[in-house]
Amino acid sequence: MTTDTLTGGFTDPARQSAMAFRACLTALSRPGHIEVLSFATPPAPMSVAAGSLALTLLDGTTPVHLAGALDCAAVRDWLTFHTGAPLVGATEAVFAFGTFADLLPLDRFAIGTPEYPDRAATLVIDVPTLEPTGAHLTGPGIKDHAFLSLPATAPFQANRAIFPLGFDAFLTCGDRIAGLPRSTIVRDV
Amino acid sequence: MTDQAYNFAYLDEQTKRMIRRAILKGVAVPGYQVPFASREMPMPYGWGTGGVQVTAACLTPDDVLKVIDQGADDTTNAVSIRKFFQRTADVAVTEATAEATMIQTRHRIPEQALTEDQILVYQVPIPEPLRFLEPRETETRKMHSLEEYGLMHVKLYEDIARHGSIATAYAYPVKVEGRYVMDPSPIPKFDNPKLSDCAALQLFGAGREQRIYALPPYTQVVSLDFDDHPFTASKAPHDCDLCGASESYLDEVIMDDAGGRMFVCSDTDFCASRRAEGHVGRLGAAEAGK
Repeated sequence: MTTDTLTGGFTDPARQSAMAFRACLTALSRPGHIEVLSFATPPAPMSVAAGSLALTLLDGTTPVHLAGALDCAAVRDWLTFHTGAPLVGATEAVFAFGTFADLLPLDRFAIGTPEYPDRAATLVIDVPTLEPTGAHLTGPGIKDHAFLSLPATAPFQANRAIFPLGFDAFLTCGDRIAGLPRSTIVRDV
Repeated sequence: MTDQAYNFAYLDEQTKRMIRRAILKGVAVPGYQVPFASREMPMPYGWGTGGVQVTAACLTPDDVLKVIDQGADDTTNAVSIRKFFQRTADVAVTEATAEATMIQTRHRIPEQALTEDQILVYQVPIPEPLRFLEPRETETRKMHSLEEYGLMHVKLYEDIARHGSIATAYAYPVKVEGRYVMDPSPIPKFDNPKLSDCAALQLFGAGREQRIYALPPYTQVVSLDFDDHPFTASKAPHDCDLCGASESYLDEVIMDDAGGRMFVCSDTDFCASRRAEGHVGRLGAAEAGK
Protein backbone atom coordinates (compact mmCIF):
# COMPACT_ATOMS: atom_id res chain seq x y z
CA MET A 1 0.00 0.00 0.00
CA THR A 2 1.38 3.40 -0.98
CA THR A 3 0.45 6.94 -0.01
CA ASP A 4 -1.42 7.17 -3.33
CA THR A 5 -3.96 4.83 -1.81
CA LEU A 6 -4.83 7.32 0.90
CA THR A 7 -5.02 10.44 -1.28
CA GLY A 8 -7.21 11.39 -4.22
CA GLY A 9 -10.52 11.26 -2.36
CA PHE A 10 -13.06 14.07 -1.98
CA THR A 11 -11.71 17.04 -0.04
CA ASP A 12 -15.22 18.19 0.96
CA PRO A 13 -17.18 14.90 0.82
CA ALA A 14 -20.72 16.14 1.50
CA ARG A 15 -20.71 18.96 -1.08
CA GLN A 16 -18.50 17.32 -3.70
CA SER A 17 -20.46 14.06 -3.61
CA ALA A 18 -23.66 16.11 -3.98
CA MET A 19 -22.33 17.84 -7.10
CA ALA A 20 -20.87 14.58 -8.42
CA PHE A 21 -24.22 12.86 -7.96
CA ARG A 22 -26.03 15.61 -9.82
CA ALA A 23 -23.66 15.08 -12.75
CA CYS A 24 -24.41 11.33 -12.68
CA LEU A 25 -28.15 11.97 -12.33
CA THR A 26 -28.19 14.42 -15.23
CA ALA A 27 -26.14 12.02 -17.36
CA LEU A 28 -28.45 9.04 -16.70
CA SER A 29 -31.69 11.00 -16.99
CA ARG A 30 -30.60 12.63 -20.30
CA PRO A 31 -28.91 9.92 -22.41
CA GLY A 32 -26.61 11.46 -25.01
CA HIS A 33 -25.86 14.41 -22.74
CA ILE A 34 -22.19 14.56 -21.62
CA GLU A 35 -21.41 15.90 -18.12
CA VAL A 36 -18.09 16.85 -16.54
CA LEU A 37 -17.29 14.91 -13.36
CA SER A 38 -13.95 15.62 -11.71
CA PHE A 39 -13.63 15.70 -7.94
CA ALA A 40 -11.58 12.59 -7.14
CA THR A 41 -8.14 11.64 -8.53
CA PRO A 42 -7.99 7.84 -8.61
CA PRO A 43 -4.77 5.97 -9.47
CA ALA A 44 -4.21 5.03 -13.15
CA PRO A 45 -5.70 3.42 -15.13
CA MET A 46 -9.02 4.48 -13.54
CA SER A 47 -10.47 7.63 -15.10
CA VAL A 48 -11.27 10.70 -13.02
CA ALA A 49 -14.97 10.42 -13.85
CA ALA A 50 -15.14 6.70 -12.95
CA GLY A 51 -13.27 7.34 -9.69
CA SER A 52 -15.58 10.22 -8.76
CA LEU A 53 -18.64 8.09 -9.52
CA ALA A 54 -17.20 5.29 -7.36
CA LEU A 55 -16.70 7.59 -4.36
CA THR A 56 -20.21 9.00 -4.84
CA LEU A 57 -22.14 5.73 -5.07
CA LEU A 58 -20.08 2.87 -3.59
CA ASP A 59 -19.92 1.76 0.02
CA GLY A 60 -19.75 -1.45 2.02
CA THR A 61 -23.16 -2.60 0.71
CA THR A 62 -22.25 -2.51 -3.00
CA PRO A 63 -20.12 -5.42 -4.28
CA VAL A 64 -17.91 -4.14 -7.09
CA HIS A 65 -16.17 -5.88 -9.98
CA LEU A 66 -12.98 -4.54 -11.53
CA ALA A 67 -12.32 -5.87 -15.03
CA GLY A 68 -9.07 -6.14 -16.98
CA ALA A 69 -6.34 -3.58 -16.34
CA LEU A 70 -8.42 -1.89 -13.61
CA ASP A 71 -8.05 -5.04 -11.50
CA CYS A 72 -4.63 -3.96 -10.23
CA ALA A 73 -3.32 -3.44 -6.71
CA ALA A 74 -3.33 0.37 -6.94
CA VAL A 75 -7.03 0.63 -7.91
CA ARG A 76 -8.13 -2.21 -5.62
CA ASP A 77 -6.43 -0.61 -2.60
CA TRP A 78 -7.69 2.87 -3.45
CA LEU A 79 -11.32 1.73 -3.85
CA THR A 80 -11.17 -0.39 -0.71
CA PHE A 81 -9.71 2.42 1.39
CA HIS A 82 -12.10 5.11 0.16
CA THR A 83 -15.34 3.14 -0.20
CA GLY A 84 -15.02 -0.19 1.64
CA ALA A 85 -16.85 -1.89 -1.24
CA PRO A 86 -16.19 -5.65 -1.40
CA LEU A 87 -14.45 -6.84 -4.59
CA VAL A 88 -16.33 -9.68 -6.29
CA GLY A 89 -16.71 -11.52 -9.61
CA ALA A 90 -18.81 -10.19 -12.49
CA THR A 91 -21.98 -12.19 -11.72
CA GLU A 92 -22.33 -10.87 -8.14
CA ALA A 93 -21.39 -7.27 -8.87
CA VAL A 94 -23.72 -4.33 -8.25
CA PHE A 95 -21.18 -2.03 -9.92
CA ALA A 96 -18.60 -3.06 -12.53
CA PHE A 97 -15.74 -0.95 -13.87
CA GLY A 98 -13.62 -1.61 -16.96
CA THR A 99 -13.12 -0.98 -20.63
CA PHE A 100 -15.81 -2.30 -22.97
CA ALA A 101 -13.59 -5.18 -24.15
CA ASP A 102 -12.71 -6.16 -20.58
CA LEU A 103 -16.35 -6.17 -19.45
CA LEU A 104 -17.50 -8.49 -22.28
CA PRO A 105 -19.61 -10.59 -22.33
CA LEU A 106 -22.13 -8.16 -20.85
CA ASP A 107 -24.77 -10.84 -20.27
CA ARG A 108 -22.78 -12.01 -17.23
CA PHE A 109 -24.03 -9.08 -15.19
CA ALA A 110 -27.13 -8.96 -13.00
CA ILE A 111 -30.24 -7.79 -14.86
CA GLY A 112 -32.65 -7.78 -11.90
CA THR A 113 -35.74 -9.93 -11.50
CA PRO A 114 -39.27 -9.33 -12.86
CA GLU A 115 -40.41 -8.40 -9.33
CA TYR A 116 -37.29 -6.33 -8.56
CA PRO A 117 -35.81 -4.95 -11.78
CA ASP A 118 -33.78 -2.50 -9.66
CA ARG A 119 -31.53 -5.36 -8.52
CA ALA A 120 -29.45 -4.98 -11.66
CA ALA A 121 -25.82 -4.10 -12.18
CA THR A 122 -24.53 -0.68 -13.16
CA LEU A 123 -21.62 -0.84 -15.60
CA VAL A 124 -19.10 1.99 -15.70
CA ILE A 125 -17.44 1.60 -19.09
CA ASP A 126 -14.24 3.47 -19.82
CA VAL A 127 -14.12 4.52 -23.47
CA PRO A 128 -11.29 6.11 -25.48
CA THR A 129 -13.59 8.76 -27.00
CA LEU A 130 -16.89 10.17 -25.81
CA GLU A 131 -18.72 12.39 -28.28
CA PRO A 132 -22.37 13.25 -29.01
CA THR A 133 -22.12 11.51 -32.38
CA GLY A 134 -22.55 7.94 -33.57
CA ALA A 135 -25.34 5.63 -32.37
CA HIS A 136 -28.90 7.00 -32.59
CA LEU A 137 -30.69 7.13 -29.22
CA THR A 138 -34.38 7.51 -28.42
CA GLY A 139 -36.43 6.86 -25.29
CA PRO A 140 -37.11 8.39 -21.86
CA GLY A 141 -34.92 11.40 -21.11
CA ILE A 142 -34.42 12.23 -24.79
CA LYS A 143 -36.28 14.94 -26.67
CA ASP A 144 -36.80 13.62 -30.22
CA HIS A 145 -33.43 11.87 -30.52
CA ALA A 146 -29.77 12.05 -29.43
CA PHE A 147 -26.44 10.64 -30.54
CA LEU A 148 -23.65 9.08 -28.51
CA SER A 149 -20.38 7.38 -29.44
CA LEU A 150 -20.92 3.82 -28.17
CA PRO A 151 -18.26 1.09 -28.29
CA ALA A 152 -20.88 -1.22 -29.86
CA THR A 153 -24.64 -1.21 -30.37
CA ALA A 154 -25.67 -4.90 -30.37
CA PRO A 155 -25.20 -5.56 -26.59
CA PHE A 156 -27.24 -2.46 -25.75
CA GLN A 157 -29.99 -3.42 -28.20
CA ALA A 158 -30.13 -6.89 -26.60
CA ASN A 159 -30.28 -5.20 -23.20
CA ARG A 160 -33.20 -2.99 -24.29
CA ALA A 161 -35.06 -6.03 -25.62
CA ILE A 162 -35.42 -7.45 -22.10
CA PHE A 163 -36.73 -4.18 -20.57
CA PRO A 164 -37.70 -3.62 -17.73
CA LEU A 165 -34.86 -5.99 -16.88
CA GLY A 166 -31.31 -5.17 -17.92
CA PHE A 167 -28.15 -3.46 -16.74
CA ASP A 168 -27.59 0.30 -16.77
CA ALA A 169 -24.39 1.86 -18.06
CA PHE A 170 -22.29 4.96 -17.63
CA LEU A 171 -19.59 5.77 -20.20
CA THR A 172 -16.54 7.59 -18.88
CA CYS A 173 -13.65 9.22 -20.71
CA GLY A 174 -11.20 11.26 -18.62
CA ASP A 175 -13.32 13.69 -16.60
CA ARG A 176 -16.44 13.31 -18.74
CA ILE A 177 -19.40 11.01 -18.24
CA ALA A 178 -22.51 10.01 -20.16
CA GLY A 179 -25.37 7.72 -19.13
CA LEU A 180 -27.08 4.91 -21.00
CA PRO A 181 -29.98 3.50 -18.95
CA ARG A 182 -31.62 0.23 -20.00
CA SER A 183 -34.67 2.20 -21.23
CA THR A 184 -32.76 3.79 -24.14
CA ILE A 185 -33.44 2.46 -27.64
CA VAL A 186 -30.16 2.27 -29.56
CA ARG A 187 -30.05 2.23 -33.37
CA ASP A 188 -27.11 2.03 -35.75
CA VAL A 189 -26.82 5.07 -37.98
CA MET B 1 -27.83 30.41 9.25
CA THR B 2 -26.44 26.90 8.94
CA ASP B 3 -26.53 24.35 11.71
CA GLN B 4 -22.95 23.16 11.61
CA ALA B 5 -23.81 20.22 13.83
CA TYR B 6 -25.52 18.57 10.87
CA ASN B 7 -24.01 17.21 7.67
CA PHE B 8 -24.76 19.18 4.49
CA ALA B 9 -28.49 18.71 3.75
CA TYR B 10 -29.06 16.89 7.06
CA LEU B 11 -28.66 13.24 5.96
CA ASP B 12 -25.39 11.37 6.57
CA GLU B 13 -23.34 10.38 3.52
CA GLN B 14 -24.07 6.64 3.84
CA THR B 15 -27.81 7.34 3.70
CA LYS B 16 -27.43 9.70 0.76
CA ARG B 17 -25.47 7.09 -1.23
CA MET B 18 -28.25 4.55 -0.64
CA ILE B 19 -30.93 7.04 -1.72
CA ARG B 20 -28.86 8.16 -4.73
CA ARG B 21 -28.48 4.58 -5.96
CA ALA B 22 -32.25 4.11 -5.63
CA ILE B 23 -32.92 7.33 -7.58
CA LEU B 24 -30.63 6.21 -10.43
CA LYS B 25 -32.42 2.85 -10.69
CA GLY B 26 -35.74 4.70 -10.63
CA VAL B 27 -34.58 6.88 -13.52
CA ALA B 28 -33.46 3.79 -15.46
CA VAL B 29 -36.88 2.09 -15.09
CA PRO B 30 -39.41 4.95 -15.36
CA GLY B 31 -42.51 4.41 -13.23
CA TYR B 32 -41.13 1.42 -11.29
CA GLN B 33 -41.13 1.88 -7.50
CA VAL B 34 -37.63 1.25 -6.14
CA PRO B 35 -37.57 0.17 -2.48
CA PHE B 36 -35.21 2.18 -0.28
CA ALA B 37 -34.34 2.24 3.42
CA SER B 38 -36.27 5.38 4.33
CA ARG B 39 -34.98 7.14 7.44
CA GLU B 40 -36.86 8.80 10.24
CA MET B 41 -36.85 12.49 9.55
CA PRO B 42 -37.38 15.34 12.05
CA MET B 43 -40.98 15.73 10.89
CA PRO B 44 -43.97 13.40 10.99
CA TYR B 45 -44.98 11.02 8.20
CA GLY B 46 -47.40 12.78 5.91
CA TRP B 47 -45.32 15.96 5.98
CA GLY B 48 -43.20 14.90 3.04
CA THR B 49 -40.48 12.75 4.60
CA GLY B 50 -39.98 10.92 1.30
CA GLY B 51 -39.77 14.11 -0.73
CA VAL B 52 -37.41 15.65 1.84
CA GLN B 53 -35.06 12.65 1.63
CA VAL B 54 -35.01 12.77 -2.19
CA THR B 55 -34.42 16.53 -2.11
CA ALA B 56 -31.63 16.12 0.47
CA ALA B 57 -29.92 13.48 -1.69
CA CYS B 58 -30.10 15.65 -4.84
CA LEU B 59 -29.47 19.12 -3.39
CA THR B 60 -26.18 20.86 -4.21
CA PRO B 61 -24.85 24.09 -2.62
CA ASP B 62 -25.59 25.95 -5.89
CA ASP B 63 -29.26 25.04 -6.04
CA VAL B 64 -32.15 27.45 -5.66
CA LEU B 65 -34.96 25.67 -3.83
CA LYS B 66 -38.69 26.28 -4.06
CA VAL B 67 -41.17 24.38 -1.89
CA ILE B 68 -44.90 24.34 -2.52
CA ASP B 69 -47.83 22.76 -0.74
CA GLN B 70 -50.94 22.46 -2.93
CA GLY B 71 -49.39 25.16 -5.12
CA ALA B 72 -48.80 27.61 -2.29
CA ASP B 73 -45.37 28.81 -1.13
CA ASP B 74 -46.67 30.24 2.14
CA THR B 75 -48.42 27.31 3.82
CA THR B 76 -47.08 25.54 6.93
CA ASN B 77 -45.67 22.48 5.19
CA ALA B 78 -43.89 24.49 2.51
CA VAL B 79 -42.50 27.05 4.95
CA SER B 80 -41.18 24.42 7.37
CA ILE B 81 -39.45 22.34 4.66
CA ARG B 82 -37.96 25.46 3.08
CA LYS B 83 -36.61 26.57 6.47
CA PHE B 84 -35.28 23.04 7.12
CA PHE B 85 -33.07 23.18 4.01
CA GLN B 86 -32.06 26.79 4.64
CA ARG B 87 -30.82 25.69 8.07
CA THR B 88 -29.17 22.40 7.16
CA ALA B 89 -27.89 23.13 3.63
CA ASP B 90 -27.61 26.92 3.60
CA VAL B 91 -29.25 26.79 0.19
CA ALA B 92 -30.81 29.73 -1.65
CA VAL B 93 -34.60 29.71 -1.74
CA THR B 94 -37.17 31.39 -3.95
CA GLU B 95 -40.90 31.53 -4.52
CA ALA B 96 -40.54 32.21 -8.25
CA THR B 97 -40.97 29.04 -10.28
CA ALA B 98 -38.67 30.27 -13.06
CA GLU B 99 -35.77 30.99 -10.66
CA ALA B 100 -35.81 27.60 -8.93
CA THR B 101 -33.49 24.75 -9.93
CA MET B 102 -35.15 22.30 -7.56
CA ILE B 103 -38.81 22.33 -6.59
CA GLN B 104 -40.29 20.13 -3.89
CA THR B 105 -44.04 19.87 -4.24
CA ARG B 106 -46.96 18.49 -2.32
CA HIS B 107 -49.77 17.59 -4.69
CA ARG B 108 -49.43 20.18 -7.47
CA ILE B 109 -47.36 20.84 -10.58
CA PRO B 110 -46.58 24.56 -11.06
CA GLU B 111 -48.65 26.31 -13.74
CA GLN B 112 -45.56 27.72 -15.44
CA ALA B 113 -43.91 25.19 -17.77
CA LEU B 114 -40.79 23.65 -16.26
CA THR B 115 -37.39 23.72 -17.96
CA GLU B 116 -34.56 21.24 -18.55
CA ASP B 117 -32.56 22.83 -15.72
CA GLN B 118 -35.14 21.98 -13.07
CA ILE B 119 -35.92 18.95 -10.92
CA LEU B 120 -39.43 18.48 -9.51
CA VAL B 121 -39.62 16.34 -6.33
CA TYR B 122 -43.06 15.03 -5.30
CA GLN B 123 -44.14 14.04 -1.80
CA VAL B 124 -46.04 10.75 -2.11
CA PRO B 125 -48.29 9.25 0.58
CA ILE B 126 -49.23 5.90 -1.05
CA PRO B 127 -46.97 5.12 -4.05
CA GLU B 128 -48.73 1.89 -5.06
CA PRO B 129 -51.59 2.67 -7.48
CA LEU B 130 -53.06 -0.81 -6.92
CA ARG B 131 -52.91 -0.71 -3.11
CA PHE B 132 -56.58 0.10 -2.49
CA LEU B 133 -57.57 -2.66 -4.93
CA GLU B 134 -55.10 -5.28 -3.63
CA PRO B 135 -53.69 -4.79 -0.12
CA ARG B 136 -50.94 -7.44 -0.36
CA GLU B 137 -47.52 -6.14 -1.46
CA THR B 138 -46.55 -9.63 -2.72
CA GLU B 139 -49.53 -9.58 -5.09
CA THR B 140 -49.19 -6.01 -6.37
CA ARG B 141 -45.48 -6.66 -7.01
CA LYS B 142 -46.42 -9.72 -9.08
CA MET B 143 -49.09 -7.72 -10.92
CA HIS B 144 -46.51 -5.08 -11.89
CA SER B 145 -44.03 -7.74 -13.01
CA LEU B 146 -46.68 -9.42 -15.19
CA GLU B 147 -48.04 -6.07 -16.42
CA GLU B 148 -51.42 -7.21 -15.10
CA TYR B 149 -53.37 -3.99 -14.78
CA GLY B 150 -56.89 -5.22 -15.55
CA LEU B 151 -57.98 -4.48 -11.99
CA MET B 152 -57.28 -0.78 -12.44
CA HIS B 153 -59.47 -0.65 -15.53
CA VAL B 154 -62.23 -2.47 -13.61
CA LYS B 155 -62.00 0.24 -10.95
CA LEU B 156 -62.33 3.00 -13.57
CA TYR B 157 -65.19 1.09 -15.21
CA GLU B 158 -67.00 0.83 -11.85
CA ASP B 159 -66.68 4.61 -11.57
CA ILE B 160 -68.49 4.93 -14.90
CA ALA B 161 -71.14 2.34 -13.97
CA ARG B 162 -71.87 4.12 -10.68
CA HIS B 163 -71.39 7.80 -11.53
CA GLY B 164 -71.69 7.92 -15.32
CA SER B 165 -68.11 9.12 -15.69
CA ILE B 166 -64.67 8.43 -14.23
CA ALA B 167 -65.05 10.05 -10.80
CA THR B 168 -61.37 9.82 -9.83
CA ALA B 169 -60.33 13.46 -9.57
CA TYR B 170 -56.85 13.21 -8.01
CA ALA B 171 -54.08 10.57 -7.87
CA TYR B 172 -55.42 9.60 -11.29
CA PRO B 173 -53.45 6.51 -12.48
CA VAL B 174 -51.10 6.84 -15.43
CA LYS B 175 -49.14 4.42 -17.60
CA VAL B 176 -45.48 5.27 -18.13
CA GLU B 177 -43.82 4.53 -21.49
CA GLY B 178 -46.42 1.81 -22.12
CA ARG B 179 -45.14 -0.32 -19.22
CA TYR B 180 -45.68 0.57 -15.55
CA VAL B 181 -48.91 1.92 -14.11
CA MET B 182 -47.93 4.67 -11.68
CA ASP B 183 -49.58 6.79 -9.02
CA PRO B 184 -48.68 10.41 -9.83
CA SER B 185 -49.18 11.28 -6.11
CA PRO B 186 -52.44 13.07 -5.21
CA ILE B 187 -52.09 15.82 -7.81
CA PRO B 188 -55.43 16.90 -9.32
CA LYS B 189 -56.06 15.19 -12.64
CA PHE B 190 -55.92 18.69 -14.11
CA ASP B 191 -52.12 18.35 -13.73
CA ASN B 192 -51.84 14.89 -15.33
CA PRO B 193 -51.16 16.16 -18.88
CA LYS B 194 -48.14 18.11 -17.52
CA LEU B 195 -46.50 14.85 -16.39
CA SER B 196 -45.96 13.74 -19.97
CA ASP B 197 -43.17 15.10 -22.15
CA CYS B 198 -42.07 17.39 -19.29
CA ALA B 199 -38.67 19.04 -19.82
CA ALA B 200 -37.76 18.66 -16.12
CA LEU B 201 -36.72 15.50 -14.31
CA GLN B 202 -39.52 14.36 -11.97
CA LEU B 203 -38.68 12.37 -8.82
CA PHE B 204 -41.19 10.85 -6.40
CA GLY B 205 -40.40 10.00 -2.76
CA ALA B 206 -42.64 8.05 -0.38
CA GLY B 207 -41.06 8.05 3.10
CA ARG B 208 -43.45 5.91 5.13
CA GLU B 209 -43.89 3.41 2.28
CA GLN B 210 -40.14 3.46 1.48
CA ARG B 211 -40.37 3.83 -2.27
CA ILE B 212 -38.70 6.11 -4.82
CA TYR B 213 -39.71 6.38 -8.46
CA ALA B 214 -38.94 8.72 -11.32
CA LEU B 215 -39.98 10.15 -14.66
CA PRO B 216 -36.97 11.22 -16.77
CA PRO B 217 -37.49 14.30 -18.95
CA TYR B 218 -39.66 13.82 -22.04
CA THR B 219 -41.08 10.52 -20.76
CA GLN B 220 -44.42 9.55 -22.30
CA VAL B 221 -47.09 9.38 -19.60
CA VAL B 222 -50.68 8.45 -20.49
CA SER B 223 -53.66 8.78 -18.15
CA LEU B 224 -55.69 5.55 -18.18
CA ASP B 225 -59.08 5.82 -19.85
CA PHE B 226 -61.51 4.15 -22.25
CA ASP B 227 -62.17 4.91 -25.93
CA ASP B 228 -65.76 5.94 -25.14
CA HIS B 229 -64.81 7.74 -21.90
CA PRO B 230 -61.61 9.58 -22.75
CA PHE B 231 -59.54 11.25 -20.02
CA THR B 232 -60.38 14.90 -19.43
CA ALA B 233 -58.37 17.29 -17.26
CA SER B 234 -61.01 19.05 -15.18
CA LYS B 235 -61.05 22.19 -13.04
CA ALA B 236 -63.63 24.43 -11.44
CA PRO B 237 -65.55 26.24 -14.25
CA HIS B 238 -64.52 29.73 -13.12
CA ASP B 239 -61.81 32.33 -13.58
CA CYS B 240 -59.47 33.25 -10.74
CA ASP B 241 -61.17 35.97 -8.66
CA LEU B 242 -57.85 37.69 -7.94
CA CYS B 243 -55.92 37.57 -11.23
CA GLY B 244 -58.62 36.59 -13.71
CA ALA B 245 -56.71 33.59 -15.09
CA SER B 246 -58.99 31.17 -16.92
CA GLU B 247 -56.45 28.38 -17.49
CA SER B 248 -55.11 27.76 -13.97
CA TYR B 249 -56.21 25.26 -11.33
CA LEU B 250 -58.44 26.89 -8.71
CA ASP B 251 -59.05 26.57 -4.98
CA GLU B 252 -62.54 27.33 -3.68
CA VAL B 253 -62.48 29.58 -0.62
CA ILE B 254 -65.54 29.96 1.63
CA MET B 255 -65.88 33.68 2.49
CA ASP B 256 -68.70 33.87 5.04
CA ASP B 257 -71.60 31.95 6.60
CA ALA B 258 -74.01 33.14 3.91
CA GLY B 259 -72.61 30.97 1.12
CA GLY B 260 -70.19 33.54 -0.23
CA ARG B 261 -67.22 32.01 -1.97
CA MET B 262 -64.37 32.88 -4.26
CA PHE B 263 -62.11 30.92 -6.57
CA VAL B 264 -58.38 31.64 -6.53
CA CYS B 265 -55.34 30.15 -8.27
CA SER B 266 -53.88 27.31 -6.23
CA ASP B 267 -50.42 28.28 -7.57
CA THR B 268 -49.65 31.40 -5.50
CA ASP B 269 -46.56 32.37 -7.50
CA PHE B 270 -48.51 32.17 -10.78
CA CYS B 271 -51.33 34.29 -9.36
CA ALA B 272 -49.02 36.89 -7.75
CA SER B 273 -46.95 37.35 -10.91
CA ARG B 274 -50.11 37.78 -13.00
CA ARG B 275 -51.41 40.42 -10.59
CA ALA B 276 -48.02 42.14 -10.74
CA GLU B 277 -48.46 42.28 -14.52
CA GLY B 278 -51.75 44.12 -13.98
CA HIS B 279 -54.29 41.33 -14.47
CA VAL B 280 -57.28 41.80 -12.19
CA GLY B 281 -60.04 39.28 -11.45
CA ARG B 282 -63.63 39.68 -10.23
CA LEU B 283 -62.62 40.45 -6.63
CA GLY B 284 -59.04 41.47 -7.36
CA ALA B 285 -59.49 45.24 -7.11
CA ALA B 286 -61.33 44.97 -3.80
CA GLU B 287 -58.51 42.76 -2.50
CA ALA B 288 -55.92 45.34 -3.54
CA GLY B 289 -57.85 48.11 -1.82
CA LYS B 290 -57.77 46.44 1.60
